[in-house]
Amino acid sequence: MGDFDYSVIWDNLPFLWQGLQLSLWLTFLAIIGGIVLGTGLALMRLSGFLPLSLFAATYVNLIRSVPLILVIFWFYFLVPLAIGRPIGGFYSALIAFVMFEAAYYSEIIRAGIQSVRQGQVHAGQATGMNYWQVQRYIVLPQAFRNMIPILVTQGIILFQDTSLVFVVSLRDFMTVSSIVARTEGRLVEMYIFAAIVYFIICFAGSMFVRRLQKGPTA
Amino acid sequence: MIQIDQISKWYGDFQVLNNCTTKVDRGEVVVVCGPSGSGKSTLIKCVNGLEPVQQGTIRVEDTEVTAKRTNLTKLRSRIGMVFQHFELYPHMSVRANLCLAQEKVLGRSSDEANARAEALIKRVGLSEHIEKFPGQLSGGQQQRVAISRALAMDPIAMLFDEPTSALDPEMINEVLDVMVELAQEGMTMMVVTHEMGFARKVADRVVFMDAGAIVEDRPTEQFFGEPESDRAKDFLSKILNH
Repeated sequence: MGDFDYSVIWDNLPFLWQGLQLSLWLTFLAIIGGIVLGTGLALMRLSGFLPLSLFAATYVNLIRSVPLILVIFWFYFLVPLAIGRPIGGFYSALIAFVMFEAAYYSEIIRAGIQSVRQGQVHAGQATGMNYWQVQRYIVLPQAFRNMIPILVTQGIILFQDTSLVFVVSLRDFMTVSSIVARTEGRLVEMYIFAAIVYFIICFAGSMFVRRLQKGPTA
Repeated sequence: MIQIDQISKWYGDFQVLNNCTTKVDRGEVVVVCGPSGSGKSTLIKCVNGLEPVQQGTIRVEDTEVTAKRTNLTKLRSRIGMVFQHFELYPHMSVRANLCLAQEKVLGRSSDEANARAEALIKRVGLSEHIEKFPGQLSGGQQQRVAISRALAMDPIAMLFDEPTSALDPEMINEVLDVMVELAQEGMTMMVVTHEMGFARKVADRVVFMDAGAIVEDRPTEQFFGEPESDRAKDFLSKILNH
């Protein structure tokens, strides 16, 4: 690789770092939002109240049957039409990710809630706790404990998916790497570098998941 | 105090309870026994509304459990329940297990709830384990914690659903001792159990169930001395001759 010039990375480090920050920040916010909204959807689906569970089921199945990039476009073009003013690439992308990931998270969370034994619910009810108290103090804490590894795994996938935000002109890490690659004429170096960075972050995430799975489950 | 009047219950086409009628008076201890699948556990879960019934009425003091408008959470907070598999909250310490409903349901202050928890845990001899998690305790210890958790709500009656069935034999007595003590203090108790020694010692009446129906409902000495039905005789000969 004698002809390769890796100094291009060093020279553009602040620019690349900005891109990476945007990717990580978007991932972080989308995970939080997705889990909150996903928990709501999962509770609706399991509520036993038909209109709510039907709504949640429809939402989840609808979102899961379209590509993420389409959802990003929807919110970029449709939300300004609905509220009468543009909301900018970042917020439209964030809303799209939250709405999209919530569908996936809700299925994970639903399985997690169902993994908590019925006896635990009965125990809570028998002491006079209402539905929300039983969920809040007994079911959800146990469900999330069981779900953490798979929630993190979904987060890793989400991090990779943030590279799609170039379609709404956001400068995430992948987009910034491409810009540098083209303007400096160093395509191979930059794409190798980008791959390594993605690999390191995702691999670290996977190692974290593995440790969680091995850890004490008491 | 507990009036069960002609209740029937179905799971789909399968009838689990067939026209059951019995009662538990204040301060009385009633043992419910019978072969497995006879509907004992279902019956006791109907008393605090964990299982709905399709026919008949259940009253606890002045509250009709089976009425649609009944505030079940309020009723349940006054009836303690102990389960076969303990059902302690595994993500909370013993202390937190005992305090949770006291604070969230009864609205007791943290100090009040903790004081009550400590007193009850001391009573069942587990003070040194109060900061531990359920997974660190033996089955017998967990069940004693579960009894304390129910008592922390100062219940007017206690329901026990096979409290010793999931325990290793050497741990059964430590749980039964707590229950005997409770009975002798005058607690109103309805106990589903196969422990006939316990029934003989503290039960005022024994209810024998088979195939979803109450076959016998008689004072304890009469039930053991001269069971009327063949099914009860058969049941007793099977579990007493070992």
